[in-house]
Amino acid sequence: MTIFLEGFQSAFNLLVSLDPDVLAITWRTIHVSTVATFISILIGIPIGTALALTRFQGRGLLVSLINFGMGLPPVVVGLATWLMLTRYGPLGVLGLLYTPTAMILAQAIIASPIVAGFSLAAIQSVNPKLLLQIQSLGTTRFQYLLLLLWEARLGILSAIIAGFGGVISEVGASMMVGGNIRGYTRVLTTATVLEVSKGKFELATALSIILLALTFIIVSLLSYLQQRKAGH
Amino acid sequence: MNKTCYRIQSIVVCTALFLLLAVNAPLVSAAESKDIILSTTTSTVDSGLLDDLIPRFEKKTGFRVKTIAVGTGQALAMGEKGEADVLLVHAPASEKKLVDAGVAINYQLVMHNDFVIVGPAADPAKIKGKTAADAYKAIDADGAVFISRGDDSGTHKKELSLWKEANVVLSGKPWYQESGQGMGATLLMASEKAGYTLTDRATYLAQKANVKLEILSEGDKPLLNIYHVMQVNPEKFSKVNAAGAKAFVEFMIAPETQKVIGEFGKDKYGASLFFPDAGK
Repeated sequence: MTIFLEGFQSAFNLLVSLDPDVLAITWRTIHVSTVATFISILIGIPIGTALALTRFQGRGLLVSLINFGMGLPPVVVGLATWLMLTRYGPLGVLGLLYTPTAMILAQAIIASPIVAGFSLAAIQSVNPKLLLQIQSLGTTRFQYLLLLLWEARLGILSAIIAGFGGVISEVGASMMVGGNIRGYTRVLTTATVLEVSKGKFELATALSIILLALTFIIVSLLSYLQQRKAGH
Repeated sequence: MNKTCYRIQSIVVCTALFLLLAVNAPLVSAAESKDIILSTTTSTVDSGLLDDLIPRFEKKTGFRVKTIAVGTGQALAMGEKGEADVLLVHAPASEKKLVDAGVAINYQLVMHNDFVIVGPAADPAKIKGKTAADAYKAIDADGAVFISRGDDSGTHKKELSLWKEANVVLSGKPWYQESGQGMGATLLMASEKAGYTLTDRATYLAQKANVKLEILSEGDKPLLNIYHVMQVNPEKFSKVNAAGAKAFVEFMIAPETQKVIGEFGKDKYGASLFFPDAGK
């Protein structure tokens, strides 16, 4: 129990004293996870929308694949990304291994199916009568899509929250493709693993608390956006 | 109307993509030949030695070191595939294969530390003061819990060679458990289970405050842990940063660095963690 108290204490101290290492790690965590989430939104929402609105042969299989992808183990994604990015791997020429960009890439792969799957469900649960009504207003295709996404906004924001939650808490892939390099690819999760393996539980607890606080703040912002108009 | 919408849509998408690339641009361009990848064992990082040495090297030479701390097995494999530029590891028998195969060049002795067998103070198998092989035999006879790294690391390889020396067959022994984790985590596990384990002295000293384990067997010759540094052969792997790797090897065996290595940890633990050996 004391370790939690000490952890709180030192998390507080680290933040108040603006410890440059911890601030840099925290900032890097925000950067990597938000960019990865944005990419997964750009990939996931269009895919989810397209699958929700179309009927074609093999659609069932695609939906199953997306739902399967929602549970992709991060270490497997990490390993696959690592193999792709190694110097002599297929994408080795990019020189991306052990960079934050590689971490963003792996995290985007993890989050995209999550965003796609939740978006698909969100759009499919919009009342079909409403869809007909929208169409009857003589909307263009683009306006129709925008209105549709607007109607599904609660679910879409849940999709984004879930995607973000998936990447910010992830450690296996970040460790593998980022390498946990001090001052370059070390993020809150990988730093926590390192401090545990060093036996510095107090610092590890402090980092965990910072990670939790950070996640809570970002998710709260998204929840605020989600719930703002929900009462209407 | 329809056309305008599509145009707006594509502008939005393009802007978003552009922004993402712009955000990432400094990260992408950072990956250039000023970087060297150092593949090393967890012991050099967990002990804090590299946190001390790397900034000195970077300041002196302008290279940036990406330290990838893994088990010796993976560290050597990365060298074998040309995925690292320079290796700092401690498994001489496996290293020799790399040197013989021409994968590693500029092979230099850097330092040593030693392994110790640690266990609970109660010492149920009565191994205190015994040689490594005798201690292992006693553990086998007693059936006391032994935690192995089980991760193909240098420490794990050393441990297996000691079991072989002690003529103990491990298969099917329930007291022999593999953690599959780094040294720090393995020590904690041994402490929690009141078991024995083989550890490098540096990690043990760094962890001592957190674990209920004592040094029970030490000083035996097979327990020496010898570190070599080597470059990955640029003639075999064109993408290797040869200049950076060479600079790192030279840095590690330079007299000033050797002095830092010998002094490292004295202020904190009252004893040296590593003993400089370059040129011996």
